[in-house]
Amino acid sequence: MTTTAENPANAEDRRRRDRRPARPKKSDRAKAEARLGWMLAGPAFVVMLAVTAYPIAQAIFDSLFSYRLTAPDERSFIFLDNYLLLFTDGTFWRIFGVTLLITVITVAVELVLGFGLAIVMHKALKSLRGLLRTSILVPYGIITVVSAFAWYYMFHINSGFVNQWFSWVPGIDSDLDWFANFWTAITVIMASEIWKTTPFIALLLLAGLAQVPDELVEAARVDGATRWQQYSRVIIPNMKAAIMVALLFRALDAFRIFDNVFIMTGGDANTEVLALLAYRQSISRLEIGLGSAVSVVLFISVLLMVFVAIKLFKVDLASGTDASGGGKKKKATRKEGQS
Amino acid sequence: MVKARVAGAAVTAAALLLTGCGQDDDTPVLTWYINPDDGGQAALAQQCTEEADGAYQIQTSLLPNDAPDQREQLARRLAAGDSSLDIMSLDPPFIPELSEPGFLAPVPDDVAERTTADTLEGALAGAMWDDELVTVPFWANTQILWYRESVAEEAGLDMDQPVTWEEIMDVAAEQDKYLGIQGIRAESMTVWVNALMESQDEPVLVDPSADAEDLETNFDSQAGEASAEILSRIGEEGLAGPGIASMDENQAMLLFQGDNGSFMVNWPFIWPATLAAAEEGTVDADLPDDIGWALYPQVAEGTEASAPLGGINLAVGAESDYPDLAYEAIECIVTPENQAEYFVTNGNPPSSESAFDDDRVVDEFPMADTIREALDSSAPRPQTPYYNEISESVQENFTPLSGVDPETTPAQTDSYIMEVLRGERLL
Repeated sequence: MTTTAENPANAEDRRRRDRRPARPKKSDRAKAEARLGWMLAGPAFVVMLAVTAYPIAQAIFDSLFSYRLTAPDERSFIFLDNYLLLFTDGTFWRIFGVTLLITVITVAVELVLGFGLAIVMHKALKSLRGLLRTSILVPYGIITVVSAFAWYYMFHINSGFVNQWFSWVPGIDSDLDWFANFWTAITVIMASEIWKTTPFIALLLLAGLAQVPDELVEAARVDGATRWQQYSRVIIPNMKAAIMVALLFRALDAFRIFDNVFIMTGGDANTEVLALLAYRQSISRLEIGLGSAVSVVLFISVLLMVFVAIKLFKVDLASGTDASGGGKKKKATRKEGQS
Repeated sequence: MVKARVAGAAVTAAALLLTGCGQDDDTPVLTWYINPDDGGQAALAQQCTEEADGAYQIQTSLLPNDAPDQREQLARRLAAGDSSLDIMSLDPPFIPELSEPGFLAPVPDDVAERTTADTLEGALAGAMWDDELVTVPFWANTQILWYRESVAEEAGLDMDQPVTWEEIMDVAAEQDKYLGIQGIRAESMTVWVNALMESQDEPVLVDPSADAEDLETNFDSQAGEASAEILSRIGEEGLAGPGIASMDENQAMLLFQGDNGSFMVNWPFIWPATLAAAEEGTVDADLPDDIGWALYPQVAEGTEASAPLGGINLAVGAESDYPDLAYEAIECIVTPENQAEYFVTNGNPPSSESAFDDDRVVDEFPMADTIREALDSSAPRPQTPYYNEISESVQENFTPLSGVDPETTPAQTDSYIMEVLRGERLL
């Protein structure tokens, strides 16, 4: 009984492993190339370790201490107490929730708008294409702090023009202080974020759109597919890799949002986000231990997002941007399309 | 030949630049970290450099705009042992935090004696920590009550007598005018709340010298409740206008200058700013004639108000290479004549009593006597190394004003501060 209970899929896997050829011995030339590769990439690798791995390790180490910069003599090892404080504090979870809310809403809206802009850029007349792409990309070229200030002054109750221009919209009048309550403040923050970074998503999606072979769309059209069906059955499935890469990159960025909140509300009206919390603990309060713990939690959250995207949603970071990866994908999907 | 001459000239020019425009190479250079002003501190640095006659040079380095940001930069540099912090312009509430860990060089007794001979009481209190003078008072700031004479007249208020918060709130409500206060979640909120508490002779801290574990605040008291009532009423009745949540000192001034202006608590900088605006035509030319001033409003009628205390003190970093020269330079900077000059040119009041008698001060600031009187009765903010935690907790609990509940907010603030200081909750 026990011998025959083996799952046929597992048995197939084992056979495949057994058949796997032994690793071929490297030739001298291959070895020399590998050596050259290390010599070329080595310095950059060392610099990367120095500027990323070291601070991360230092932050993890510091997060295990109760350490205030202006009380160096009172520094003491408290192991995971800083993390315990975070995870048992309602404020932390509220801030975590706000960060997540901003991430989900901005990325979703940016994806839809970015897709629309990508289509516009893709379909535009050749003579207009350059101008169109440049103008769409302008917001992305603006420094986030500058754009945050622009949005702040636009909506400010005293210096802003929004209240005057849109006073015909119900709920908006000259007395509306956008930054005084949560929903209005978070709306402006998210709108600024969306305005600033939608071009980035549009650019990534444009690359994906350009990889979808025209003949596939044409074949679908000949078969009588409506425009919606062409997008939903042919174009979008063939762009999945690019969409997932855009989604992942933007989600990671959005989760680390700082500038817009820092400039517009400074965390008031319950708009504080994780990066701002880390800043406030480390820089304003000079609580290096607690601030490091928040930074480590932020880092782990980002790692988790990458892990989930790559392992569960199978995002192939190379295929969305790499031409050869895209090519491979193209062949596979062409077959699907034909069948 | 020409090439050689050009090269020679270039080398000479470079040498001149490197040696600081012709000064002797060995002249010690003192770095003075200054808060932003209208150029007054840079001018004093230049003047004292000239007076030192080669004993030292003072170069200035600009700190960020806000006091908390200035504290952040200085604290980080001091903690890292930065030896360039020869002289620092310090906001008084942050002095204990930087003094307690030994970041500041001690003030020599003779310097202390000479520089504080005629310092106003409030300013002197702000320069101390643990009963010792740890910084030298430079200029001292305080808030007074500014009012529109037309509004006070219509209300029939006798502004020669002290007025109460209740009176000015009633007038604003009756005449549908706005009060100029600071409702923003910022340091100015702590300034206001502390002044309200001190005006009732109830200091915020039970024992300022207590450590973080034992530090307690006094908000859950009659004084705390009365303070919260004032904030709550202004917030709930909208007595400071719709932009109350983002109203800082500048916004309050703009509101006060407008048609709805009535009363305002603010620093003296608003006077030169209003005069300049009237001259430029951005406000009515006759607006300054309609502006009056009085002492900070009382909370309870008959109890003298304690106006907020601000200003800048000068300190020397413990790691400075030239502490003696730095104190020598400080003595030059804080002379009563220089303080008077600084007041006239930059609008920041002196900490020295005799500087108020300077003719230029009397000419330029007709309210100088009121400022001097306010400074004498002013009270510093809570003096403790944990001031930042207390201030941020106050800001968190007392904003927005419309959310302040006199029955619950004071007690909540006390427990909030205690939990933060004991590491039991996030701030």
